[in-house]
Amino acid sequence: MLLKKKELIRELKNFTINFGPQHPAAHGVLRLILELDGEIVTRADPHIGLLHRGTEKLIEYKTYLQALPYFDRLDYVSMMAQEHTYSLAVEKLGNIKIPRRAQIIRIIFAEITRLLNHLLSVGCHAMDVGAMTPFLWAFEEREKLMEFYERVSGARMHAAYIRPGGVNCDLPLGFLDDLFLFCNQFAIRLDEIEEMLSGNRIWKERLVDIGIVSAKKAVDWGFSGVMLRGSGIPWDLRKTQPYEIYSELDFSIPVGNSGDCYDRYIIRIEEMRQSLWLLKQSLDLISEGSIKTNNYKISGPSRAEMKNSMEAVIHHFKFYTEGFVLPHGETYTATEAPKGEFGVYLISNNTEKPYRCKIKAPGFGHLQALNEMSKGHMIADVVTIIGTQDIVFGEVDR
Amino acid sequence: MFSNKLKEFNELKKTLPLITFQKFVDENTIVVLNKHLSFSLQVLKNHINYQYSLLSCISGVDLLNKNYRFSVVYELLSLTFNSRLRLKVFLNEVTFVTSAVSIFINANWWEREIWDLYGIYFDKHPDLRRILTDYGFEGHPMRKDFPLYGYTEVRYDDTKKRVVAEPVELTQEFRSFTFETPW
Repeated sequence: MLLKKKELIRELKNFTINFGPQHPAAHGVLRLILELDGEIVTRADPHIGLLHRGTEKLIEYKTYLQALPYFDRLDYVSMMAQEHTYSLAVEKLGNIKIPRRAQIIRIIFAEITRLLNHLLSVGCHAMDVGAMTPFLWAFEEREKLMEFYERVSGARMHAAYIRPGGVNCDLPLGFLDDLFLFCNQFAIRLDEIEEMLSGNRIWKERLVDIGIVSAKKAVDWGFSGVMLRGSGIPWDLRKTQPYEIYSELDFSIPVGNSGDCYDRYIIRIEEMRQSLWLLKQSLDLISEGSIKTNNYKISGPSRAEMKNSMEAVIHHFKFYTEGFVLPHGETYTATEAPKGEFGVYLISNNTEKPYRCKIKAPGFGHLQALNEMSKGHMIADVVTIIGTQDIVFGEVDR
Repeated sequence: MFSNKLKEFNELKKTLPLITFQKFVDENTIVVLNKHLSFSLQVLKNHINYQYSLLSCISGVDLLNKNYRFSVVYELLSLTFNSRLRLKVFLNEVTFVTSAVSIFINANWWEREIWDLYGIYFDKHPDLRRILTDYGFEGHPMRKDFPLYGYTEVRYDDTKKRVVAEPVELTQEFRSFTFETPW
């Protein structure tokens, strides 16, 4: 019998599957079209926009103050970090200076937010990979942190607390004491989580050498935050382009050296420790003072004042109905949000509404590199890579 | 970089075909002609004196009722010099921009987003699909002449067993408050 060459070659066809949008490891509503060669991913095409709410368009129809709560709802696990960026952008356009106490309160909440985000990020990442316990521990701590949110704003998540011109109201009595107690016990919780994961053989097998990004690639893809630092570039906007009083505070930037998922996990843990250290420093620095600018055109008058002054009542009415006018100008203000560089490109046109508010979400930039990061990995590693990118769809889809 | 405005402008003008140079507090903006965009990005990315190697984001702006309908804004970041630069081009409805994907690979999704929301066409883009709006969506919602409430609304049709899109019906007329102070 003669064997024909044609019959010996078997034709293989790549397998295309849908990953999401209801997959629990897709971190929300990511629809991923995966092209598989056996179990190896050859192409990943993320389809986003399932959570698109038209935030940017809506903001164009709102006054500067009304636009603020939309920022809580972008990345719904690091709420105040985004309010902060927006407030800084508005303050830059209006040339508003805020009192020192307000700056420190903002830093306290920016760092609490960083803890909130990294706890969720590490916890959910661990759960995606198969470790259930750290997730439960992380969420217990998150609950305590969200209580701090609740105490200043009344809302556990969507606080709308950091506002242009300062913060909305002063810290309640005993807040700083409780924050101090939290800081002391949280370091131990962090050790426990790390004890569970850092040396864990399964965790390491799943994370080490997965999703390696070289330093050059990280810059090419426009990465920021942990994704950039994981590849060994010491770039943190709190250090390089400091805002508020970060330049007075002492903290270090953890940097990875191999650029894989494990490095990024270690960086997140270390950043939490640095945040704790920053919180303790802020507790030492904070002093009495006003918590918002005394320009009533920018931030409303206090309740007490409204009881005594007609002027204050008028200001209050005008402030909450008309809002305030910002002169012509445009700014791109970026801060180090927990996920990376969160930027607001705000154009004002001498009215009380923003002409254009472009939101630069770090997750959007990271997700587009998913194809390259997951190419050649197993299908289970895609979950690890999504976890390490710390994707939240509120901000990716806007 | 860019401490002295005039000096820097002259310096930049030697290497780039600039139209204007704007400075707002500590932010620098340069405007170039549409046809010089790729060249300018290339120079800014690779020139040893600039090294704007990281593209933070690209945003579209609709300038309705102005000389130019749209502008596309590139936010560049130089890690070496710790400096940001904003590059702008202006265009109208019939002109297009050359895609920056060959220079900055991450321009891909940002340009798709602008195509989706503003309908600005990016020439030589490898994969210009819609990104944020729904499959089969029509129109470019971020344009200023696109109403906030849109043209269609979707609901699940129980008889057809699928989601259907219908013309939008408002129970109350859309109100846009402009507070041009009456007093």
